[in-house]
Amino acid sequence: MKDLRRKPLRVVNLGLEIFADDLKNQNVAVTQVRWRPPAGGKPHLLEILEKLEELDR
Amino acid sequence: MRLAREIRRKPGVSEVAALMGTPANQEILLQAGLAEEDEVEAGPNDLVLAVEADSRALAFEAIEEAKAFLTQANVAGGGASDFSPSSLAGALAAAPESNLAMISIPGAYAAKEAMDALRSELHVFLFSDNVSVDDEVALKREAIERDLLLMGPDCGTAYIGGIGLGFANVVKPGRVGCIAASGTGLQAVASQLDALGEGISHGIGVGGRDLSAEVGGLMTLHALDFLSNDPETEIVALISKPPDPEVLPEIEEALENFDKPHVVCFLGAEKPGWAETLEDAGHAVAANLRGESHEPENFFAKAGLKEKIASLKPGDALDGGGVLGLFSGGTLAHESRLILESLLGDVSWNEDAGRHRILDLGDDRYTVGKPHPMVDPESRAEAILQAEGFGVVLLDLVLGRGSAQDPAGPLARAIKEARGKERSPLFVASVVGTADDPQDMDEQVRILEDAGVVVLPSNAQAACFAAAVVRPELLEGDGS
Repeated sequence: MKDLRRKPLRVVNLGLEIFADDLKNQNVAVTQVRWRPPAGGKPHLLEILEKLEELDR
Repeated sequence: MRLAREIRRKPGVSEVAALMGTPANQEILLQAGLAEEDEVEAGPNDLVLAVEADSRALAFEAIEEAKAFLTQANVAGGGASDFSPSSLAGALAAAPESNLAMISIPGAYAAKEAMDALRSELHVFLFSDNVSVDDEVALKREAIERDLLLMGPDCGTAYIGGIGLGFANVVKPGRVGCIAASGTGLQAVASQLDALGEGISHGIGVGGRDLSAEVGGLMTLHALDFLSNDPETEIVALISKPPDPEVLPEIEEALENFDKPHVVCFLGAEKPGWAETLEDAGHAVAANLRGESHEPENFFAKAGLKEKIASLKPGDALDGGGVLGLFSGGTLAHESRLILESLLGDVSWNEDAGRHRILDLGDDRYTVGKPHPMVDPESRAEAILQAEGFGVVLLDLVLGRGSAQDPAGPLARAIKEARGKERSPLFVASVVGTADDPQDMDEQVRILEDAGVVVLPSNAQAACFAAAVVRPELLEGDGS
């Protein structure tokens, strides 16, 4: 399994900051993402963004 | 913003604005006369501080104070490592060595972020619920193809290398690997193992739907593979509701070929050798590691249970009333219901009907617009006050990281009030927790006992006790 056994846990947290705080208390490095709904949370714009991303891949 | 409020209090300062340097905010500054055209060089990700003061010197003094305030706040929050990017991609650019994403954003957006994380070679702990089954299957297939873990969706608890993720009790790192559907089942077994002197290597939450026909046990099978190859893991406990009949043969085949000792606890499914309760699963694991054989215990044969019931005073439990379970943990509620049904007959999930009822107050239908009862015990306190007329009220108390700091306090206050009423039930509880949890477990038990609650050592024992209180003939003979 990739990385989990050989390397220390290194976490990206999207959402509840209490989870990041709990990990920091266990000496785990955490990057908290200031997450906001993409495209201002507008579903039709989100759909367009996703299609553009598919095209990119 | 607190910064602006603090600076505005300074003598000689009349106005302060602290805002991000977006084009819209720059327009506001110009209109307020706090900036001149072409004067603002800040971009959308910069913080702009605008100060109006009696003199230029006072304004600059205020700005210096604001800078000191910001630096102080940053250090208090952990310093430069607290940099917060606005996207997963930004986080990975800042910390390319990251190997796991924790996702607890609203379900409508969670699947996309989880897929992006997997494609960036991150394991995923997906706490969010409201992720569709189709998305779940797609995410798990992507994870397996990349040899990654997708824990969830609706995964409350996990342990990786002994480190707790989400709602997790503080347990010793050790040699027991767990695979569990979601949350409190894993918490109960991990905490019990901790009390028995054993620690956890990894606890992999696979989500409550993993063993359904639609998902087909994708992540359970992958987690078995992961733990098979994990040198720290000596034994595996598999804890879940029973698999769909379509999925069961594949799981059984994987377990037959599994190269390490294992304990299976599919709550509600019976097979020789399988544990019937969470407590039994913990004991079976510990016995195996000690090289001893394990026989499931008959709870009614336990001396303490009979003595505890014998010590009840007349009127402690309301005669003729049924059992009402008010639970914060879904798996604990499910286990209690199974035990009560086997001893008392029908048990309803419905709050309005049935002699015996078990309510999972952490379920979505009770938490719309409200915090989960493990985070905020007040909603259960309200339910306790409405329990008049039942013989016994059965409770769980789940400690650990993520849970309320003092979950017993509000419950105890409500119980004392309820016990003062004429038709009061008897209150029975069990506590999931460890000596190292942030809450003081002994103190939490004491708070409940001081309020008149009978506290049993496990959820299963609490359910058996409750059943025996409303149906004392269960204690005659060996109770089997």
